[in-house]
Amino acid sequence: MAEKTQVDRPLSPFMIGPYYRPQLTSISSILTRITGNALIVGVILMVWWFLALAAGPEYFETAEWWITSWVGNIVMFLSLWAVWYHYLAGLRHLIWDAGKGLELETAEKLGWICVYGSVVLTVITVLILWI
Amino acid sequence: MRYLTDRKRAEGKGAAHSGTEHHWYMIVSSVALAFLVPTFLFIFGRALGSGYESALATFESPFPAILAGLVIFVGLQHFHKGARVAIEDYAQGTTRKLLIMATVGLSYVLIAAGIFAIAKIAL
Repeated sequence: MAEKTQVDRPLSPFMIGPYYRPQLTSISSILTRITGNALIVGVILMVWWFLALAAGPEYFETAEWWITSWVGNIVMFLSLWAVWYHYLAGLRHLIWDAGKGLELETAEKLGWICVYGSVVLTVITVLILWI
Repeated sequence: MRYLTDRKRAEGKGAAHSGTEHHWYMIVSSVALAFLVPTFLFIFGRALGSGYESALATFESPFPAILAGLVIFVGLQHFHKGARVAIEDYAQGTTRKLLIMATVGLSYVLIAAGIFAIAKIAL
């Protein structure tokens, strides 16, 4: 029977910088991770907002004041962009998982779609919400 | 004596010990979120900053309430499983375990708080 042995497995080294020249594919990939993790801030604020809405008008005033203050607005605006970036980058992963779009040229094109697309979608969302 | 052969025990499990289950969950939840999130963004965005009465009226209706509950639940499951991969990339040993526990814990707290709030608003 195979014995279970404890092996100190190597961690994945941080490649960008010392080993790899930063490229669109690697930077757009790491941005997926950063936006996904950073969205927890927006989610915490959102859950707080829901709790305050459930708790009554006075609590709600406080939460809404913070979330729609200029600091809150910046956080929510960046979160909106993060959602759209992570959204497009996620779709890109689904395409890659299907084994398509892996040629360098297509992969780079998909990277630019994530970068520009997320900005365009953020602006469109803000415009629609503003009107 | 074990009756399962090594091959039988290992089949489909790989280095992660759970096969591709984690990755598959990320795919399933990402497709779900791809459908849920755009509509939710507009409903939540409109309610945010619209005042107490209007926000309450929005999330008292069944569709926005159910959608908000789904986004919070599926979104945070997707979050803690995704964050776990990042933790496993850069931390080892006890630090890794504690960070995973903290992330899962935070996600469950937010899911419980969010769904409690929405239930209280809608019911």
